[in-house]
Amino acid sequence: MTEPLIFELSIPGRKGVRLPELDVPESELPADLLRDDLPLPEVSEVDVVRHYLRLSQLNYAVDKGIYPLGSCTMKYNPKINEVAARLPGFVGIHPLQDELTVQGALYLMYHLQEQLKAISGFDAISLQPAAGAHGELTGVLIMRKYHLDRGETQRDTMLIPDSAHGTNPASTSMSGLRVVEIPSDARGNVDLEAMKAYMNERLIGIMITNPNTLGLFDENLEAICQMVHEAGGLVYGDGANMNALMGIMRPAEIGIDVMHFNLHKTFSTPHGGGGPGSGPVGVVAKLADFLPAPIVVKEVDAEEEAEEEAPLYTFYDPPKSIGRVKSFWGHFSVMIKAYTYIRMLGDEGVRRAAEYAVLNANYLLSRIRDVYPLPYDRICKHEFVVEGRFEDAPGVRALDIAKRLIDYGVHPPTNYFPLIVHEALMIEPTETESKQEVDRYADILLKIAEEAKTDPDLLHEAPHNAPVRRLDEVYAARQKILRYRRDQQ
Amino acid sequence: MVFVPHTEEERQAMLKAIGVEKMDDLFYDVPARYRYPTLGLEAPLTEMEVLEELRELSEANLNAYRTPTFLGAGIYRHWVPAVVDYVLSRGEFYTAYTPYQAEISQGTLTAIFEYQSLICDLTGMEVANASHYDGATAAAEAVIQAYNVFRGKRKKVVLAPTLHPHYREVIRTYTQGMGLEIVGDEALEKPLEEVVEMVDEQTFAFIVQTPNFFGEIEPLEGLADEVHTRGKKALLAVAVNPISLGLLKPPGEYGADIVFGDGQPLGLGLNFGGPTLGFYATKMRYVHQMAGRIVGETKDVEGKRGFVLTLTSREQHIRRHRATSNICSNQGIMTLAATVYLSALGKDGLRKVALANYHKAHYAAERIAALPGYTVVADKPFFNEFVVECPAPVAEINDFLLNEWDYEIIGGYDLSRDYPHLARHMLVAVTEMNGRDEIDDFVEALRAFADYHQVEVEA
Repeated sequence: MTEPLIFELSIPGRKGVRLPELDVPESELPADLLRDDLPLPEVSEVDVVRHYLRLSQLNYAVDKGIYPLGSCTMKYNPKINEVAARLPGFVGIHPLQDELTVQGALYLMYHLQEQLKAISGFDAISLQPAAGAHGELTGVLIMRKYHLDRGETQRDTMLIPDSAHGTNPASTSMSGLRVVEIPSDARGNVDLEAMKAYMNERLIGIMITNPNTLGLFDENLEAICQMVHEAGGLVYGDGANMNALMGIMRPAEIGIDVMHFNLHKTFSTPHGGGGPGSGPVGVVAKLADFLPAPIVVKEVDAEEEAEEEAPLYTFYDPPKSIGRVKSFWGHFSVMIKAYTYIRMLGDEGVRRAAEYAVLNANYLLSRIRDVYPLPYDRICKHEFVVEGRFEDAPGVRALDIAKRLIDYGVHPPTNYFPLIVHEALMIEPTETESKQEVDRYADILLKIAEEAKTDPDLLHEAPHNAPVRRLDEVYAARQKILRYRRDQQ
Repeated sequence: MVFVPHTEEERQAMLKAIGVEKMDDLFYDVPARYRYPTLGLEAPLTEMEVLEELRELSEANLNAYRTPTFLGAGIYRHWVPAVVDYVLSRGEFYTAYTPYQAEISQGTLTAIFEYQSLICDLTGMEVANASHYDGATAAAEAVIQAYNVFRGKRKKVVLAPTLHPHYREVIRTYTQGMGLEIVGDEALEKPLEEVVEMVDEQTFAFIVQTPNFFGEIEPLEGLADEVHTRGKKALLAVAVNPISLGLLKPPGEYGADIVFGDGQPLGLGLNFGGPTLGFYATKMRYVHQMAGRIVGETKDVEGKRGFVLTLTSREQHIRRHRATSNICSNQGIMTLAATVYLSALGKDGLRKVALANYHKAHYAAERIAALPGYTVVADKPFFNEFVVECPAPVAEINDFLLNEWDYEIIGGYDLSRDYPHLARHMLVAVTEMNGRDEIDDFVEALRAFADYHQVEVEA
């Protein structure tokens, strides 16, 4: 039974939520500016509840089970996060209220900045970016402006390893800069030799993901940073994979100059079916003046004088700011969740999270490595990449394996990324999965590998047990049915 | 071990299976001198303790839902029906990722398809994407889309000075490396009809907002034609308050090429200004230059209807540095809120909300206009926000309203913060949440301030 669309449940004249009667006199309406028709659904409250409840049940989610989507860090989202973000004194504050009336919010933002500084080693943080890619754009614009500010207007070249997330080159070209792709070497590290040709006065810097998207710690990271710095460039760190390094190493100490965090990945605020994220950017001291405006600062004087009128925490505009990157102050309710999480973990907890994320990944790898081809055979970090193909089952592809996983009631890994691995399956179990859940996943992967040889059609035709069977993406792209149309139904 | 379920025995067994002795061996590749830094985070708290701390912090803020509030300027206090948060609290929705695996993400995908449809219906446009971060970043993406429609051959974009100041700023931030000529808002007091005259054949887009930052409904009639003619097919992009569309003719009907805005009024709380969502719609012929995710209808191998992410060749994970935008995560769960909100209110409810906003704002304006010392500045019709010229600096009045007056009122926005020529001008927002008694108290407080100020001045 297919769930109808909300529009198909609509009955002319039916009403949903009621509003109070108007308690003021009516004014004249501007007749020529009014719309003729408002084509919205006409449904009751119970229609709405049941429809969206039924839709929710068509989804897979972390709350149902393991969700080992590589590069996405689908860890468990503690329920206290949601309670905290819904406290009335947080939900109910307007961003333009007098700073004196929002000191609780500013305290939280300031201390989240401090927490992120402690974890990363950076000197300053902006919480404004709305998501990882938004943080990248912010970071790249900061790098660009830093060079311009020094009068080095000729710098226009950003190096990006071929294993990078697609957002890296996209953020760079949006900033008006030139992208140069750098290949990976045989061990999955950035190819140092290939970098050398670009160590000149045109270099903006490099965008590096570490651990990279193969799940490997770049063994040359320190050398890369030195090389880029010597050429006058800056090093951008893509913080998407920070879950492997919290409490293990501080990116700023090894030579990263600017990095975004993904609060919705590393710090357990949920992904929300695609957002909202939050992508704070951390920078070393020499870049602090370029951060997007504003950031939250603590007024030391105010504390000393203990004067009631002066706010202790205030907004501050960095003097050479690239400008604001979104309206108001960032995704505040996401910040609350990240703050709550870090506050509950402390030093020991964040390190444990990273250690067990890496333990789970290596353990899962150890269970399947003899069956799934492993292009780069090293101790991995929080994730690893295998090939979804078998010599003795030539017709089977990574996509078939992914779809067959659905039949077993678990979520597939990221597939066909990174692009440098054929038929890539990128697997990130995260630390919140138990050994039993990881074992269950390994067992399923092994069973599917067996099925690939004995009954490949089972894979080609998968999923068999899902709300819908395999969907036709080509048909969707060709038909371009991108909205409901009353007249066509 | 917070949120890590392993026992010590399991840990040992797993290390053994991997073939290493201890946890540290898994980090052999991290240079030793950087390994295991002391972070210096505060000592960890239990759930019980952390909630106590957060409750205290939250209570240190003044809650605008419990305080008479006339502050808007882009974020509005509206009624959020209980069903919205009920749906948002479903773990199946909020703990899912972006719906890459369509077969087990039909809940999210169907809801996004409904959202796109609702945004099209509301704005009068042909196609909508699955959201941007907020209205300001949607504005920047509108500029970039229009720039790409002309393949970067035109460099000039004209912004109405009455476009939200944050939108104008974010447009500049986003495009600082693109070498654009951004004009129109150099003289902030310039009337719209003169700004439109700046559109020429080098212009790729004109960006305007209605109701504008001052709450006024801009005359869109004929504007699209004028922009298309002067700018030889330059695009008209219109920012709009979605609640106003419960009442007002949508920009699509006036020929707008792009319609966008901030979706916060559609069932989202104040949340100190974020997260909200940026809704975004355009004409079908521009769909390939539009950024962001799009959900399309399709069928499965048995012919059953289903939904998938589609037209992905525009996006960063496929096209990398040639993508239309770098956007990846968007405002997933917030679009669900807007979808549930628009469904729950429906045809009748949204119109009633819009009417309540309109009538209450006009009631407030009429009463304030009658006060000595205050002038309502409204050359054009307005929706739920209007400008008042006050007898003293707005900061002074707001301080009085909040601290000196018995009722503790959050006053309107001080326009001089963004528009220096508007000293003593307050932007007052009124929504369905402001009861008549609240409005009357506000008016009385303004009168009391004027009296008190008069005494001060005379003294």
